[in-house]
Amino acid sequence: MHSPLPRARFGATHSHAPDPRRRLLLSSIALLALTGCGPDAPKLHGMDLSGMPSGDFQLQDTDGRERKLADYAGQPVMLFFGFTQCPDICPTALTRAVEIKTLLGADASKLRVLFITVDPERDTPEILRAYTQAFDPDFVGLRGNAEQTRAAAQSFKVFYQKVATGSSYTMDHTALTYVIDANGKLRIALRHQQSAQECVDDLRTVL
Amino acid sequence: MKKIAIKSLAAAAFAFCALAGANHVALAQDAGIKVDDAWVRATVPSQHATGVFMRLTSNAAGRLVGVESQAAKHVEIHEMAMQDNVMKMRQVPGIDLPAGQPVELKPGGYHVMLLGLKAPLNVGDKVPVTLKFEQGGKLLEQRVEAEVRGLTAPAHGGGAAANHKH
Repeated sequence: MHSPLPRARFGATHSHAPDPRRRLLLSSIALLALTGCGPDAPKLHGMDLSGMPSGDFQLQDTDGRERKLADYAGQPVMLFFGFTQCPDICPTALTRAVEIKTLLGADASKLRVLFITVDPERDTPEILRAYTQAFDPDFVGLRGNAEQTRAAAQSFKVFYQKVATGSSYTMDHTALTYVIDANGKLRIALRHQQSAQECVDDLRTVL
Repeated sequence: MKKIAIKSLAAAAFAFCALAGANHVALAQDAGIKVDDAWVRATVPSQHATGVFMRLTSNAAGRLVGVESQAAKHVEIHEMAMQDNVMKMRQVPGIDLPAGQPVELKPGGYHVMLLGLKAPLNVGDKVPVTLKFEQGGKLLEQRVEAEVRGLTAPAHGGGAAANHKH
């Protein structure tokens, strides 16, 4: 962030004899900048959320069991908020989750995929189960009442809202996939535009 | 031009014979509007809505102004946009078709929404859809059969990564 300023100053003094102390200072800054995002910190395609407070939820799975995030401790979780009537983003995200599991090979069994509906009004447990299992029988659909859904979304800073259309309504919603490590810590947000391979690269830092 | 005129005349005559007495609208294909690769995403039981995708190309500037289907109670044209990682969907009154330029209705952009489905759509089914166009002040129609593809069908020409423009 501060690099443009020192560089401008350096440029201004360039015609004069270089000041060795300033030179040393500048190379130290450059070195610091390098190590800050150097090979030690793995570069993510998604957003690094480590250091952010971990979210949680109080919801029901499609068999009616009460579920919270800690129930899935011991294995990394990929978490997505969506709705089954979504024509576009949600099937694409879940299809990518299927591809990710294929690419992970033997490590896929370590990964848990959770889908939280932001449209519990229309997404009954039956629809939610049929929908998630149509992608992968191991994907878990979660739903709650309006208040529980709002609390779960807020906890992960997920935005959603009902939008009226001519005959019905649709949902705007955050299209990020959250990665939570085996210790229940929020780590990464995978962007919708990331390919399955880019997601796998990011997931490898957590698995 | 002559060929097209004869074709539309033939089509009009055919339509007149077939639907004598019914209000008939000219066929879009005779006005140089092409509909390719129409497909619809499969649904699971009790799921009442899904999207239809296709590629539209119009020789002359035109506009998709409406869609009808007997498979659903309501049919709407929607546009999806990604803003700050939030997916937003809006109903739009129509889609402009610039002359000679293919317009894709695909995941990550425009789609036709079938709402209030009368029955679940299974892979391999065909869903009849009637597209209504406007071109040079005339109303045109085209009936197509959209093929039902699996829930995991990728966006046309690739997966999630193909939606980079948003």
